[in-house]
Amino acid sequence: MNVIHVESLTRKFGDFVAVQEVTFDVYENEVFGFLGPNGAGKTTTINMLCTLLRPSGGRAEVNGIDVAVDPHAVRQSIGLIFQDPSLDEQLTGRENLRFHAMLYDVSTDDFRRRSEELLDMVELTDKADDLVRTYSGGMKRRLEISRGLLHRPKVLFLDEPTLGLDPQTRRHIWEYLFRLRDRRGITMFMTTHYMDEAENCDRIAIIDHGQIVALDTPEALKGLVGGDIVTVRTSNNEAAITKLTQLETIETRRGPEGQVIIETAKGDQFIPRMINIFADGGDPLEVHSVNLRRPTLEDVFIKLTGRAIREEEASGKDQMRLRRRMFHR
Amino acid sequence: MISIRRELKGAFTIWYRDVLRFSRDRSRILASFGQPLLFLFVFGAGLAPAMTGLGAGQVDFKQFIFPGILGMAVLFTSIFSSVSIVWDREFGFLKEVMVAPVSRTSVALGKVAGGSTVAMFQGILMLIFAPILGIKLTVGQLTALIGLMLLLAAVMTSLGILIAARQRTMEGFHMIMNFILLPLFFLSGAFFPLRGVPLWMEWVSKIDPVTYGIDPLRSVALRESLPAAILQDLTLHSVETNIVVMLAFGVAFLVPAIWLFSKQD
Repeated sequence: MNVIHVESLTRKFGDFVAVQEVTFDVYENEVFGFLGPNGAGKTTTINMLCTLLRPSGGRAEVNGIDVAVDPHAVRQSIGLIFQDPSLDEQLTGRENLRFHAMLYDVSTDDFRRRSEELLDMVELTDKADDLVRTYSGGMKRRLEISRGLLHRPKVLFLDEPTLGLDPQTRRHIWEYLFRLRDRRGITMFMTTHYMDEAENCDRIAIIDHGQIVALDTPEALKGLVGGDIVTVRTSNNEAAITKLTQLETIETRRGPEGQVIIETAKGDQFIPRMINIFADGGDPLEVHSVNLRRPTLEDVFIKLTGRAIREEEASGKDQMRLRRRMFHR
Repeated sequence: MISIRRELKGAFTIWYRDVLRFSRDRSRILASFGQPLLFLFVFGAGLAPAMTGLGAGQVDFKQFIFPGILGMAVLFTSIFSSVSIVWDREFGFLKEVMVAPVSRTSVALGKVAGGSTVAMFQGILMLIFAPILGIKLTVGQLTALIGLMLLLAAVMTSLGILIAARQRTMEGFHMIMNFILLPLFFLSGAFFPLRGVPLWMEWVSKIDPVTYGIDPLRSVALRESLPAAILQDLTLHSVETNIVVMLAFGVAFLVPAIWLFSKQD
């Protein structure tokens, strides 16, 4: 069954097309990731699916409900974890959950039972009656995850769920998400610009400039790169590229720091042949370093878009975000 | 499906949150005493010698500005609490509210109710200075003052939401303070009688909603302390007229505020 069905979804802001004719389906119980640089249209897409933004064109269904037709029903059936914290820091953890239950019309009995269970899951039972102001960044995120689940949504949307957290906390959050998927069978739709996190998804859509450039499992996407990545630095990288034309490679190009990046089927066998070729001929090249690795999603992104995942310029909102981080953390 | 019960519950949740936060934040309550007190005792004491002509010399200047101080506490608290939705919407609890299955109209109404309640309480706290200033207040006067403060609070909270409804960053915040809040306050007759002022000021004060909030506060608060004829000279309209004008301002702010706030992007 398709929990999310999106067809030619488009969103424009004036002349700027933030999301352009995006089409995809998300299946039940999968973790579906939207991977792309900042400003690629990830949050805009999530906001349309959550009925926070009206689509300019196309359509989207969540749990079989058209987001443009019955936004209230869509909202009741989804849980949302935002990029920016959305807890009331002057209230306790439990109070934050209680307000959520009131807004989603969860009965008092259900609230009591579920909040205990969820607080236990995210290991916040002991801190539930402390003010959120005293929580660490990771604890706040965990509370937000439990809050998002309080009304038993069928889909959980997570917009950059680990943004701004340290690596250890990020790993911790992922453990909760995996546990959640195993225990409850919930569908998760998330956006991220961390490559390593995208690897955790069942399927990934790579989005750039508002368009989906590839959609598949992480393994299949890495298969697009076709084999291994060999990175080499020599005394003359230009000459190295010329010499490499004698060998069978899938692709040879210059990396950002002038190094030579080669895509080849069997990297381990390729390296000795490459070294021999560099040593042969009238003008032998000196090899400074060689590196062999399996392709990552970053390689897939570079191959598909010709760029590394880039940082956008800080918008007004980013500046607010920055200021908030400076003063509140 | 929109159900009335759930909408009311949603609005109640927003109101309840504002009240709970207010009751918990003791430091904010204390801090909010600071500015009105400064105006009351520094301004009041400093200007008193120059204002001896007020009401044919029978009026204590501090007593005269006391209703203005009540209005100030209410005005600042209501505008701050409603303008804070800009921040709250991007980086706070309101973001969570905006995606809940509750209509924006209920969210806005809950916010007006919450902001007004908190501002009214702030005004009530200021009433404890009345005896210190020698202002006698009966139970009837107290009730009327509280009602008038609630009305002023609701009008100003609605104005605050109207200002904040489409704002996405806090950059305009100081501009709002300097170009809206302070002029509204200074031109309202809080610190000086509006009779005999230059014509332009008289006209500007006529379109200042705060004027109609402070004027009835003064009529009611000083009713027992001043002779009726002198009080008449220091006020502009009857309490009833003021209430009607404030209600009209309230509707004129609230309707577009809800409309703007509900407009989906």
